[in-house]
Amino acid sequence: MIRFLLSRLLQGILVILAVITITFALSRLLPGGPIQSEKNASPEAIAAQRAYLGLDKPWYVQLGLQIAHYVTLDLPESFHFKGRGVDEIIASGFPVSAAVGLTALMIALGLGVPLGAYAAMRPNTLEDRATMLAATLGICTPSMILGPVIAMLLGLKLRWFNASGWYEASDVVMPALTLGLIYSAQIARLTRGGLRETLALEFVRTARAKGASEASVVFLHALKLACLPVLNFLGPAAAGLLTGSIIVEAVFQLPGLGQFFIASAINRDMNLAIAISVFYASLIVLFNLLVDLVQAWLNPRIRLHA
Amino acid sequence: MFACMRWIIRFFLLAALGIGVMWFHHIRTHRPSRVEEATKAGILLLGNGSEPATLDPHLATGQPEHLIFHSIFEGLVAPGTEDPDADSPGAASSWTHENFTTWTFQLQPKGKWSDGTPLTAQDFIYAYQRILTAKLGADYASMLYPLLNAEAYHTGKIRDFSQVGVKAVDDYTLRLTLKGPAPYLPSMLKHYSWFPVPRHVIEKHGTMDQRNTKWTRAENLVSNGAFQLKSWRVNQNLEVERNPHYWDAATVKLNGMVFVPISSDSTEERAFLDGQLHVTQVAPLSKIPGYIAHKSPLFHADPLLSVYFYRCNVTRKPFNDVRVRKALALAIDRESIVKNVLRGGQKPATGLTPPGTAKDYQTPDIMKFDPTEARRLLAEAGYPDGKGFPPFEILINTSESHRTLAEAVQAMWKTHLQIPAGVLNQDWGVYLESQRSLNYDVSRSGWVGDYLDPSTFLSLWQTGDGNNNTGWSSPPYDALIQQSFLEGDPVKRLAILKQAETLMLNEVPVLPVYWYVHPHLKRPEVKNMRPSLLEHRCYKVIELAK
Repeated sequence: MIRFLLSRLLQGILVILAVITITFALSRLLPGGPIQSEKNASPEAIAAQRAYLGLDKPWYVQLGLQIAHYVTLDLPESFHFKGRGVDEIIASGFPVSAAVGLTALMIALGLGVPLGAYAAMRPNTLEDRATMLAATLGICTPSMILGPVIAMLLGLKLRWFNASGWYEASDVVMPALTLGLIYSAQIARLTRGGLRETLALEFVRTARAKGASEASVVFLHALKLACLPVLNFLGPAAAGLLTGSIIVEAVFQLPGLGQFFIASAINRDMNLAIAISVFYASLIVLFNLLVDLVQAWLNPRIRLHA
Repeated sequence: MFACMRWIIRFFLLAALGIGVMWFHHIRTHRPSRVEEATKAGILLLGNGSEPATLDPHLATGQPEHLIFHSIFEGLVAPGTEDPDADSPGAASSWTHENFTTWTFQLQPKGKWSDGTPLTAQDFIYAYQRILTAKLGADYASMLYPLLNAEAYHTGKIRDFSQVGVKAVDDYTLRLTLKGPAPYLPSMLKHYSWFPVPRHVIEKHGTMDQRNTKWTRAENLVSNGAFQLKSWRVNQNLEVERNPHYWDAATVKLNGMVFVPISSDSTEERAFLDGQLHVTQVAPLSKIPGYIAHKSPLFHADPLLSVYFYRCNVTRKPFNDVRVRKALALAIDRESIVKNVLRGGQKPATGLTPPGTAKDYQTPDIMKFDPTEARRLLAEAGYPDGKGFPPFEILINTSESHRTLAEAVQAMWKTHLQIPAGVLNQDWGVYLESQRSLNYDVSRSGWVGDYLDPSTFLSLWQTGDGNNNTGWSSPPYDALIQQSFLEGDPVKRLAILKQAETLMLNEVPVLPVYWYVHPHLKRPEVKNMRPSLLEHRCYKVIELAK
């Protein structure tokens, strides 16, 4: 177990190094740079800014400095949001994204698993087809459509929630609902698939033969194993949800991490782009590790190997 | 019996749920909107585009920052109370000039920073030295180049700042000496690059030439405008409140303002309709025709000092031939573009400088739609009916509206001249780079005037100007512009500029298309927020009717 954790930690560090290098390379390869203004600044001003941002140094020195920032945990400041450390920006955006993401995750699981189970228990009936059709529609609906529709209905028409902004606790509802509905559709499909396979297994037949009720067969015996594909999906999905959905944050004007991520790309803000990528990558590594641990616990046939 | 009980329980549960929803609906629909609460408290809620990158007037370049600066800082000259484009006393109570070259400003005797420190002529000298210090790397340092020796100091040709044309006659008298006559100086002084910055605060958090120190944080920032910074929550909102030390604090009507960064125009519109904003920064393009058709009292489209045009790369064939460029210009039906494509109240551009650029300046009326003459010129240039005309691209930066317009122009050129244009879109940074390195055929462009004078639109077409980006060069044109910089008589000066604009429009290095408007939504309770060509705002007179 310790060896397993240590080797995963080592892999994680390698992944993050790769993320820094790749994001750095992509930022450098993109045409255009962080110093972009429609009105031409004087060469003196541009030279001073390049020197300030360290862009006048050779690329390998820049890359080395980037890595050094993360090794020493002395994080740089954003190119665009002048004078703000990237850690400060992540610290301001992450709680918002996490609040929305966690709520969305609960909605997704709370809706997706029961719906999937419901459909799996009635294979190929009208209910099954209707549920899965709704799920397919949900997967296909982009958040840039669903978000505004929810904002129009619950915000402008019914006036239950603020159409946008991040001021009161209820502001979490509409963005979380948008994300939650979309993710719940995927979870419903995965749960149905997993459960259909599990219900055909022998130990389920044994449980039934013992005279266990249908509910106890599904929820106590089968669901545990049927959740494995859902879990696999949840690792990266949770990381994505927690670090913010770019579109949903823009639609509901949330001061989350996703908005900063997109801003970093538009502004060619290399420091911020690398920092958010590293943060995102660390979360994915962490959640994948958690998923592996939970899977081993749920399914005794899985062994953890270094 | 048991079954009956179950149904009764179900019924009651359902009823409780129904009542719960109705109660929730009642409570939620009867809560006051944010706008109603803010109006009561005398606080104006404004949509403000994207998140400001900085609150340092010397390092900012964007529109969101500009709109915030006008509330917390004030230049020597301030936007007029009746017409924000007029020149009113700001940090200076009065000013005189000799031949528009030597300007003397009397500072407000009661002028103070928001922490109570007196605002003196030294603060202006410090500010001008700071922005002109090359190491600071201020994008807008060149805005101060009209000052004598400012350019030489910025580029390092002279090291002694006392040689630059700014002097403190005494603590409350500031003298600016310019390179040449500039009747438009007061209008220029309303641009934030000319605003004072608090030396005592900047030096507490760093040195003069240090970028991005913590002096602009809400807890540190000290300013001299009608309002002062109260809080700044990144990507959420920025609040300002009354500045008790402002020299004209008695005039200020509002208790505060909140600038909300919303970069998506449809999100902003929803926030407005939901009662979260008094005024939006923009209105979604697709909704504008609807607002206009319904004559909505909420919709406003104010003219701007801003022109939309296409640059021609005159270093490339066939755009090096003036007849080709003229043909392209004559084949654009600007009336139809404004009426059928843009539909937002824009004005077809008959020249380059927008109406209102300067009192007594008439933009030469040269750009027109004449397909017959266009075909004749194209044939004369060797491309009868477009035969043999090489395929070329209209470069745009990625945006739906630029694409729509480019496609309309593409269709007009195809119909009237039978020449094949494509549309090429590039990301903003890439597009700027292509334009700068003359790596394009025809490129969509815009130019926003910084002050009320034709020179803000005309000086950039001089040979080698960093913003020319067309490859066009004309010695007679350069001579006229230089002559205008030396002419002390305002009437003669404008005549020279008009001559220059006429010359340039006849050579068509650029094809003006339309003059911008600023479409936005505003609630009726907002009073005295007046249109401005420069988007200058006189916040102190704005009121909220209750």
